[in-house]
Amino acid sequence: MSRSYLPHWMHWLGSPPNFYRFAGALRPWLIAAALVCAAIGLYGGLVLAPPDFRQGDAYRIIFIHVPSAWMSLFIYACMAVTGLVALVWRVKLAEVIAMECAPIGAAFTLITLATGSLWGRPMWGTWWTWGARLTSELVLFFLYLGVIGLYNAFEDRRRGARAASLLALVGIVNLPIVHYSVVWWNTLHQGSTVDWLHLSQSSIAPSMLWPLLVMTLATHLYFFASILGRARTGLLSLEGGKQWVRSLVTETSR
Amino acid sequence: MVTAVQPIANSTPVAPTTDQRSSGTLRACAALLRRDFTLAWRRRGELFLPLLYAVIVAALFPFALGPDPELLGRIAGGVLLVIVVLAMLPALESMFRSDLEDGTLEQWLLAPQPLALLALTRVIAHWLTTVLPLIIVMPLLGALLNLPVKVLPVLMLTLLLATPLLVLLGAVLSALAAGARRSGILVALMLLPLAVPVVIFAAGAIAAAQSGMPYVAPLTWLAAALVLAIVLAPLACAAALRIAVEA
Repeated sequence: MSRSYLPHWMHWLGSPPNFYRFAGALRPWLIAAALVCAAIGLYGGLVLAPPDFRQGDAYRIIFIHVPSAWMSLFIYACMAVTGLVALVWRVKLAEVIAMECAPIGAAFTLITLATGSLWGRPMWGTWWTWGARLTSELVLFFLYLGVIGLYNAFEDRRRGARAASLLALVGIVNLPIVHYSVVWWNTLHQGSTVDWLHLSQSSIAPSMLWPLLVMTLATHLYFFASILGRARTGLLSLEGGKQWVRSLVTETSR
Repeated sequence: MVTAVQPIANSTPVAPTTDQRSSGTLRACAALLRRDFTLAWRRRGELFLPLLYAVIVAALFPFALGPDPELLGRIAGGVLLVIVVLAMLPALESMFRSDLEDGTLEQWLLAPQPLALLALTRVIAHWLTTVLPLIIVMPLLGALLNLPVKVLPVLMLTLLLATPLLVLLGAVLSALAAGARRSGILVALMLLPLAVPVVIFAAGAIAAAQSGMPYVAPLTWLAAALVLAIVLAPLACAAALRIAVEA
């Protein structure tokens, strides 16, 4: 017999009814932890941390902006990994999770672009520059939109999920190429304003760093809670005719 | 490729040797090319649509920006690059659609020849029939926009490297969208992020040539990307076609 390389609990969790119950039980705890972390992080960032000597209070937007930017990449990686699992092993749960990642990632990318633009207005004097990071983030946003659009263009949702997963994989090959080509393009045409931003971040004071890390933890927890909730509803609508959904409905209505 | 077409009517029914099998693959690709060229020729009116589009857009620019030859000459290279990319888009969208609808793609999947090679053949046929004419009319469009004469060869060379790359990328996306209910603007939306590096390097070469600087580096980057895409894109395209066909 072929040996299984996966522990037993993974097979157990991969089954939609089991995942549905597991996610339902875990989700409230994750939401609570995310809210607590966000409260601590925001208090530390907006109240306790001192104003920056050069940027004043305007820098405080990084407590939203930087975690969102990290999340936009992290969620894309999650989407690509689950998409690969969905393509290779055809796990239904992986398809659902990969596709439910896309709207959350797109939202975080949009938050990153919007907060960056709000910060850029007082700091750079403009809403938008074609800096390397900004352009890469915009391209990432379009990648997310492409995945969402392709998934929704299919009649058959499982087929749509597989096609969009393949697009996500093509995108992850492309993302470093985009980033480095944009950096090259940018150094060719104009001095990069974003390097300076990078510099100010790497030499960040500890009193500013810990709220940032706590906020990052909060966004991760929020993402996990959100993906569990979205995957639950996704599984319900995908498995609508199955026995476990039917018994779930009769149980709750009773 | 033509030399591979040999009648094998008298061959005895033995297991095909490697040589015969590879010649069979070549024959299949040649047949596919011939079929695509025949289809394109039967609908030759449609081949002029991208050209017409490119000429119209190129003619609109002077109206929008004013007929100042110096300004037009400065932006002509980038404008022509964008025009070519935009003119390629509508044809990319329908690259596999009719084949999916009439069942040809299922025969591709059933054929003993590797699907990736058949997809690559389709890409070649598509590029030759819809994109090459666009590159051929570039001198005319360049003249319309007052493109400096010394930039024209660089522009043509850049397009010769960049457009096959875009068609290869577009083939993957077109195969992905072929099974979708409506694709319309979808292929354009998906192509935009993938096309960014191509456009950057192509525009880099043109801009360097325009300002009299060495333009070989971006061109070699484009060529390297093209080689990479020739190897990888047909494989991704084959995977996408499998998803599109299976119901």
